[in-house]
Amino acid sequence: MAARGLTETGDEALVILAILIAGMFLVLFGAGSVEGPFATQMWTMFVAFLLGAAGIVGQLARAPQSGKLSRYENGVVKAGVVASMFWGVAGLLVGLIIALQLAFPNLFYFPEAGWTNFGRLRPLHTSAVIFAFGGNVLIATSFYVVQRTCRARLAGGLWPWFVFWGYQLFIVLAGTGYLMGITQSREYAEPPWYTDLWLTLVWVVYLLVFLGTIWKRQEKHIYVANWFYLAFIVTIAMLHIVNNLAIPVTLTSSFSYSLFAGVQDALTQWWYGHNAVGFFLTAGFLAIMYYFIPKQADRPVYSYRLSIIHFWALIFLYIWAGPHHLHYTALPQWAQTLGATFSIMLWMPSWGGMINGLMTLSGAWDKLRTDPVLRMLVVSVAFYGMSTFEGPVMSIRAVNSLSHYTDWTIGHVHSGALGWVGFVSFGALYCLVPWLWKKQRLYSNALVEWHFWLATIGIVLYITSMWVAGVMQGLMWRAYNDFGFLEYSFVESVEAMHPYYIIRALGGGLYLLGALVMAYNLWRTARADAPAHERAGDHPVAAASAAAE
Amino acid sequence: MSYAEASHLAQTWGLVLLAVLFVGAVIYALWPGNRDKFKRAAETPLKDEDDDDRQA
Repeated sequence: MAARGLTETGDEALVILAILIAGMFLVLFGAGSVEGPFATQMWTMFVAFLLGAAGIVGQLARAPQSGKLSRYENGVVKAGVVASMFWGVAGLLVGLIIALQLAFPNLFYFPEAGWTNFGRLRPLHTSAVIFAFGGNVLIATSFYVVQRTCRARLAGGLWPWFVFWGYQLFIVLAGTGYLMGITQSREYAEPPWYTDLWLTLVWVVYLLVFLGTIWKRQEKHIYVANWFYLAFIVTIAMLHIVNNLAIPVTLTSSFSYSLFAGVQDALTQWWYGHNAVGFFLTAGFLAIMYYFIPKQADRPVYSYRLSIIHFWALIFLYIWAGPHHLHYTALPQWAQTLGATFSIMLWMPSWGGMINGLMTLSGAWDKLRTDPVLRMLVVSVAFYGMSTFEGPVMSIRAVNSLSHYTDWTIGHVHSGALGWVGFVSFGALYCLVPWLWKKQRLYSNALVEWHFWLATIGIVLYITSMWVAGVMQGLMWRAYNDFGFLEYSFVESVEAMHPYYIIRALGGGLYLLGALVMAYNLWRTARADAPAHERAGDHPVAAASAAAE
Repeated sequence: MSYAEASHLAQTWGLVLLAVLFVGAVIYALWPGNRDKFKRAAETPLKDEDDDDRQA
């Protein structure tokens, strides 16, 4: 086969090996840097490249397995599932710690240990849940879905493994860097220039693997989920490169200066930031919705036409919404209005997509009662609808004047992140583990019920406390007395937040507890010796939990 | 290209281009001739298959 080099183990292993060896030489130049944390990062990369090279050599030394090419590549998807669960629990745990730090500032804070500072732990939390958990879920599900819907084995032989391990290295570099104080201070893009370059390489390979699989597809039509995945991969590449354009101070330092300055820099950051929400946290997870909900409900999507309109409307509208993060700033007012206008228009395609996801269950609503995994997926779509309504409301300048800089924003983000992204990811992982590990069903549907309710109550506590806290903050900050002075000092508004921060931490704690229940359930599912080919959704809860005992 | 030229291009031909592309996408989605194709496409995830029943 002419395409052997592209499709299976062979030449590409040597190319990856060459990249890793070249990388080892390059990072050694930085390993002697006087900047201690930078040198540590270079050594981290050196060790990672060395381990990668050893892995490739081991792979080359093994005899090729016959018949492997006639099967789907499941190994890298399994690895992605395990990584997702691990980073998910880690990211939620850090979130709980910083939530508790806000309620009890002296908890887990040691002045002599800089890494326990909220300022370092906060990006660790956001990056861990968005990029480590969310990113691994997206990479794993995209590799699974593109193979099934194209009926073709994943392209690129070892390259998908390069994407997987390369992405884990990016996460480790970013996370350990934050703890040592390395940041370029761009929100959701805190990793420094060398980490950004590494991610660019990994991401381009990801795009090529995905495109290569679509290229050799056996289905004429490219299923809509793949369109959403492709939009996610392409747009994130573009956003990542433009937002991180920077000049390092020297090649042996983590410090760099952005190519942009002033309000242009602010707009670039929120063009990136909001589209990270639009294309990472929305488009990618909508791809999951369009594959896993029909699959788990065993019904085709409600309207395929609507899915196409949903897709193109999101693509055409989302990219313009970023300026709503910069109301009442130096950004020209017409640009603020443009951002708000597009945000409001986005409401329509978002709800079109929500309706499409929900109505896929039309005629099969009874499954919600018996299948907690499907219920999780459907509730995620409901949260998608809720936060895509709240978002446009908050983008209106008058509302924003109350909500901006308050905890209302935090509540909004978490109704999207915990409700939509979290639940749709959990649903997909609950589907994938029995499918990939060839099990009849999950270890326990009763534990899925526990997870569902713990997480749902957790989200409700979280977002309601943040609504109250946010509106209260907004009102306290704008309150004047009869003499035209501010009614409250800032610290009074901080004090007023205390009970709500405790409720929020409680909600986050319940959500983390649910994720731990899930990790246990998935681990038992992968370990149990149940036969294959029957779906969890086939069983009512009572029968399933009885069978589990 | 100056700022004025760039913004002029964006507000005229850029706007027309994006609007036409979007209308084109909507027409494609609603075109009656595509109905059967989309019906088949919607069934794609449901065609369950074992890991072995695929082409290389």
